[in-house]
Amino acid sequence: MKHIREALRPLVTLFGLLALWWAVAKFTGIPSFLLPGPVAVAKVLAAQSGFLLQNTLVTLVEIVLGLGLGTLFGGSLALAMVFSRGLQRWLLPLLLLSQAVPVFALAPLLVLWLGFGLASKALMAVLIIFFPVTAAFYDGLRRTEPGWLDLARTMGASNITILLHVRLMAALPAFGAGLRIAAAVAPIGAILGEWAGASEGLGYVMLNANARMQTDLMFAALVLLAAMTILLWVAVDVVLKKLLHWAPDT
Amino acid sequence: MNSETLSTPPPSLELRGLALHYEGQPLFEGLDLTVQAGRCTALLGASGVGKTSLLRIAAGLAAPDAGTVRANDGLPLPGRVAWMGQQDLLYPWARALENVTLGSRLRGEKPDKARARDLLAAVGLAGRERALPKELSGGMRQRVALARTLYENRPVVLMDEPFSALDAITRATMQELAARLLAGRTALLITHDPMEACRLGHSLYVMAGRPARLGHEIAVPGTPPRAPDDEALLHTQGELMRALLESRAA
Repeated sequence: MKHIREALRPLVTLFGLLALWWAVAKFTGIPSFLLPGPVAVAKVLAAQSGFLLQNTLVTLVEIVLGLGLGTLFGGSLALAMVFSRGLQRWLLPLLLLSQAVPVFALAPLLVLWLGFGLASKALMAVLIIFFPVTAAFYDGLRRTEPGWLDLARTMGASNITILLHVRLMAALPAFGAGLRIAAAVAPIGAILGEWAGASEGLGYVMLNANARMQTDLMFAALVLLAAMTILLWVAVDVVLKKLLHWAPDT
Repeated sequence: MNSETLSTPPPSLELRGLALHYEGQPLFEGLDLTVQAGRCTALLGASGVGKTSLLRIAAGLAAPDAGTVRANDGLPLPGRVAWMGQQDLLYPWARALENVTLGSRLRGEKPDKARARDLLAAVGLAGRERALPKELSGGMRQRVALARTLYENRPVVLMDEPFSALDAITRATMQELAARLLAGRTALLITHDPMEACRLGHSLYVMAGRPARLGHEIAVPGTPPRAPDDEALLHTQGELMRALLESRAA
């Protein structure tokens, strides 16, 4: 019974939002080229499914690649900073600098340097997500329960063993929290990259549709993007829950 | 039944002239304590008097500002000391058996699973080898911690209020189990529970004042673990209570 209710809740929210959208589009008199109703958007989704799916795949690859590389990069950065105090002193200002520069301003530059293809988009996603991953993981690595460290030391463990077998493991729940944020914001990076210059992808479709007043197509791309982001988050969440099944509160 | 035997007789632990300062204030100065070989010495005192700091120094986890810690047989101490902290300190990602063999794994040795299984059985946890810490009660977790301490098979055991987080009944059972299984080792037990000190200790000291000093040795007749209603225990407990109250008043 409880499971059914939990499974129903997002569906109720979804249909509630759809109904609200439909009612606003139907009864407020906003012209359909500004706000198309869900039915019109569904029709576009069906009619152009091949084209949309192909562009969704392009964006998905950018996001997944960015998420993978960003996680790898962010994770390594956090480990490096915890492993060596000297490295930490050098890397921390760089880390802050990377966030002080607005990523949006970098997008055109990356397209100029790396071209219209996959690389500039994936790199945008990496730039957006490595920070939450690094920050969360670094924090987790520094906050190991002191008793666990004491115990390991009295057992004769070396510093590197303590880092890899104790601190790393203990920081995994924090790392997971960073990864969940990353999964939710990674699409922003890919879409920003596509807006700055691309020949395919959902962001490219949205920009083109917008310029041609094909609002229904733009909404269709937006719906796919939202659905993709949610599915990605759920997938990450499921994997994390499986991997962190031992943690007392996940 | 002591399922573990030591290869060499346990040394006595000699703490000489120990000094430690905290934020410019002396916590203790010129502190001497001999923890007699093969016996349990209990150290009592109010919170914040420096008991835990003293134990950490004995364990090699912290360095004193002055003074030495050595074994009377002249052999080095590192590798011969086991540590039990205020909590069970089980690693939540490791199963009961893996927590027991933790020391082996941290030192890169091959874990002796058969021995770990025997030890878990000795603490009454046969069949729970694969349990995760979060699936065990507080008392069971403390039993795993005891098995882990025994697995290390060190001649010297340092205990920092190891049973303070347990309820009264579980604590009493754990005290008996620990006293039985750790008999014959050189043990230093920190506690703020006079009853616990009297049940487990061969000799007791009260630590009080700032800088802290040790009171005279209070010897408890009989062999630990003493029954809670043992006459010698009740008598000593009264004496101890008086010493603690006097130390507080002074």
